[in-house]
Amino acid sequence: MANRRLAPASEQPESFAFSPENAEWAKTQIAKYPEGRQASAVISLLWRAQEQNGGWLPRAAIEAVAAELGMPNIRVLEVATFYTMFALEPVGRFWIQVCGTVPCDSCGARGLKEMLQARLGPPGHVSADGTFSWLEVECLGACCNAPMVQINQDYYEDLTPESLGQLMDDLAAGRPVKVGSQTGRVSSEPQGAVNTLTDPTLFDGSRVGAWRKRFEEAGKVETPAAQTGEAASGTQQAAENPKPARPDVGRPIERPASDAPAQRAANGETPVKAEDRADAAERGRSTAKHGSARPGDADVLDSPAKRVAEGEPAAGDQGHQDVPARDAVPQQPEASGASAGEVAAEAEEARIAGALAALPKDASPERKADAVGKRPPGLDAARVGKPDDLTRITGVGPGNSQRLNGLGIYHFDQIAAWSRDEITWVGTYLAFPGRIDRENWVGQAKALSAPAQ
Amino acid sequence: MLSDQDRIFTNLYGLHSPGLDAAKKRGAWDGTKFLLEQGRDWIIEEMKASGLRGRGGAGFPTGLKWSFMPKKSDGRPHYLVVNADESEPGTCKDREIMRHDPHLLIEGCMLACFAMNAHACYVYIRGEYVAEKHALQKAVDEAYAARLVGQSNVHDYPFDIYVHHGAGAYICGEETALIESLEGKKGMPRLKPPFPANMGLYGCPTTVNNVESIAVAGTILRRGGAWFAGLGGKNNTGTKLFCVSGHVNKPCNVEEELGITFRELIDRHCGGMRGGWDNLLCSIPGGSSVPLVLAEQIIDAKMDFDTLRNLGSGLGTAAVIVLDKSTDIVAAITRISYFYKHESCGQCTPCREGTGWMWRVMQRMTEGRAQKREIDMLFEVTKQIEGHTICALGDAAAWPIQGLIRHFRPEIEKRIDRYTANPHSEPVPMAAE
Repeated sequence: MANRRLAPASEQPESFAFSPENAEWAKTQIAKYPEGRQASAVISLLWRAQEQNGGWLPRAAIEAVAAELGMPNIRVLEVATFYTMFALEPVGRFWIQVCGTVPCDSCGARGLKEMLQARLGPPGHVSADGTFSWLEVECLGACCNAPMVQINQDYYEDLTPESLGQLMDDLAAGRPVKVGSQTGRVSSEPQGAVNTLTDPTLFDGSRVGAWRKRFEEAGKVETPAAQTGEAASGTQQAAENPKPARPDVGRPIERPASDAPAQRAANGETPVKAEDRADAAERGRSTAKHGSARPGDADVLDSPAKRVAEGEPAAGDQGHQDVPARDAVPQQPEASGASAGEVAAEAEEARIAGALAALPKDASPERKADAVGKRPPGLDAARVGKPDDLTRITGVGPGNSQRLNGLGIYHFDQIAAWSRDEITWVGTYLAFPGRIDRENWVGQAKALSAPAQ
Repeated sequence: MLSDQDRIFTNLYGLHSPGLDAAKKRGAWDGTKFLLEQGRDWIIEEMKASGLRGRGGAGFPTGLKWSFMPKKSDGRPHYLVVNADESEPGTCKDREIMRHDPHLLIEGCMLACFAMNAHACYVYIRGEYVAEKHALQKAVDEAYAARLVGQSNVHDYPFDIYVHHGAGAYICGEETALIESLEGKKGMPRLKPPFPANMGLYGCPTTVNNVESIAVAGTILRRGGAWFAGLGGKNNTGTKLFCVSGHVNKPCNVEEELGITFRELIDRHCGGMRGGWDNLLCSIPGGSSVPLVLAEQIIDAKMDFDTLRNLGSGLGTAAVIVLDKSTDIVAAITRISYFYKHESCGQCTPCREGTGWMWRVMQRMTEGRAQKREIDMLFEVTKQIEGHTICALGDAAAWPIQGLIRHFRPEIEKRIDRYTANPHSEPVPMAAE
């Protein structure tokens, strides 16, 4: 998180109002969103306010946008301080943002930063003549053209300290500059070595419509799949793959490779091997082994072969190392998707939502629950007249405990024995879909009922 | 090598015009009405048959995701949101689609919206992509003018597409954070469930897809799911845009079949490894969030979801960052740590506090100003962050450090030895527990 504050009061202008053109433009932005959702336009309006105010956002502009959109000031202030492209303090006429993240960093962004530091001083300050200010920012998404900077709204790519210096001279002097690559590339093609997309038939329109052949060959238009087919396959997939919301599958499979001294000590080996120490000292910056034939490899890199040699199972010796099912999906960030467990959970949720939609809104909890699952068997009264304290399960409070008692559920072992359908039934009955899995009531109940057995 | 005929993004490098006429000659908007006439179930079945896995990093099957949308509307509108908040370090593919092949994207939006019974689509572009926003807006205007989209259009399916511009926050690439941001709030991820397919944008059923996943839809439907499934390998089908950056001779974007080997990808398209193959130290094969893979493991590995996961890493967005032996690997991972510290939204404590803590410890380890037992402590802390946050940013911050410790522990220890071997006036600090 970055700590971002508004500029001091001495820098703030008295007032801010959109110019007539910008006010008109703001209306077109608000019109993009449904009635009553004008708050969605807040980022667009703040952008325009920032542009109108010479590249930074004063308090008065934030308040003007809030008034325009009928939002509380604090909500707009939150947005302005959260998003890092809103400059809250004055910037230079040319606002240079240097990408310093790994791909650029490894291709020379450090040289750019040193040059800017030497020429303009520390980041975040406007140069004496008001022309430049600079800042290191996170990945700007032009990694194939590293290193690069963004100056105001334009990208300048494939830079060296010298070409950036030249660029700054040209900008300051008002000479025209070339946006984009500074080494003659069009975009992100391999420089001077494009060996793909050279077939002229791709571009002259001669291949348009060729795809229709497969429909003509089929003799007729393919019949659309049965209405029920796809919904059924979704739920079937979920049924085959029932998993709680956050399983381990999908995370990268971890090898117990961290050949840690502690682990070595635990295995009865010398924690730091003499040859490793010597090896670490003798080689340069790199610690990677050269080639795979070196006998020393097995000391650093864990491999199935090595584990077999040591009498350990080659794989599967850690819970989450099991080879996941074919349908399992790895989860990686920039997540526009979900993990394998979420596939199942989402399909399950879709199934339940579908079943419930068919019922009238005011259906009783039992009726709703019956539509999606199976009622767990209950007791008439607690065994030996002594019910378990169900509130010991995290997630079950006095209210839920009472409602469970109402279903004839008095003991941990009853909960521990719930099947998938029964979990769905109770979850729907209590109107907590998914929560029983999330909080693992069944697992908790198993643990709590264990000593009694 | 993938033949030119099987490439979907034929104007990837912008060597031709991105305009509507040129795009039509390259095959966009060809028979869209015919495809819509096949019905939504046909579209979804074809997408499922293609085996297309989401291109935004998680690899979730796109056809399956579309099928999660309610079949019948309960009165609420449905939305498609396209995630063009491309901020994963190393990734620069969606940018080329929006600049150079925008009509494939717009057509894909229309087909996807039809399949999900949605009539409105928002494309959320990251704030830094100003030129890309203008390029896409221009293409949208062209499509409206040609009545390809709009309330009354030649396809007889009312459909509106809006370009929404963000303002610089990595976290908005997470689907629920993106929805929050689109609603005009801070981009903080939501808890799931409810999933967006049930309750997303404005509380309505919503699907969020990556630009590339949507932009390939038109071509897949035209040529058939079977064609796409025939490329690549089982469970890893089709073509993919690879963004190769770092220490190769000619960094570039290229569309290739999934399952091409790392060596072939670099040799054929990127002019080879800088300094030859012996100079390869390691690679981060899927954007900064995935753990690194050592040279000898990656060099002949297939670049697909399953192979890379079995190597303890992941394909992610197929942003291949190549690092050679001149790289200060500890400093590089520290820089990644700083990235996650900077981009944490601050909602969950393990991530908000943990990313800063990890970065500070990593900074000291870069210089060697640390204790050896802190390496294990750092590893332990990454395990405490991983899986204990609402979204995957916590995991993403933890994995690179885990990868470093797993593969380069001797390097860290060597630095500590070197530092402690010399006299220093300040005592070696120890992380607070």
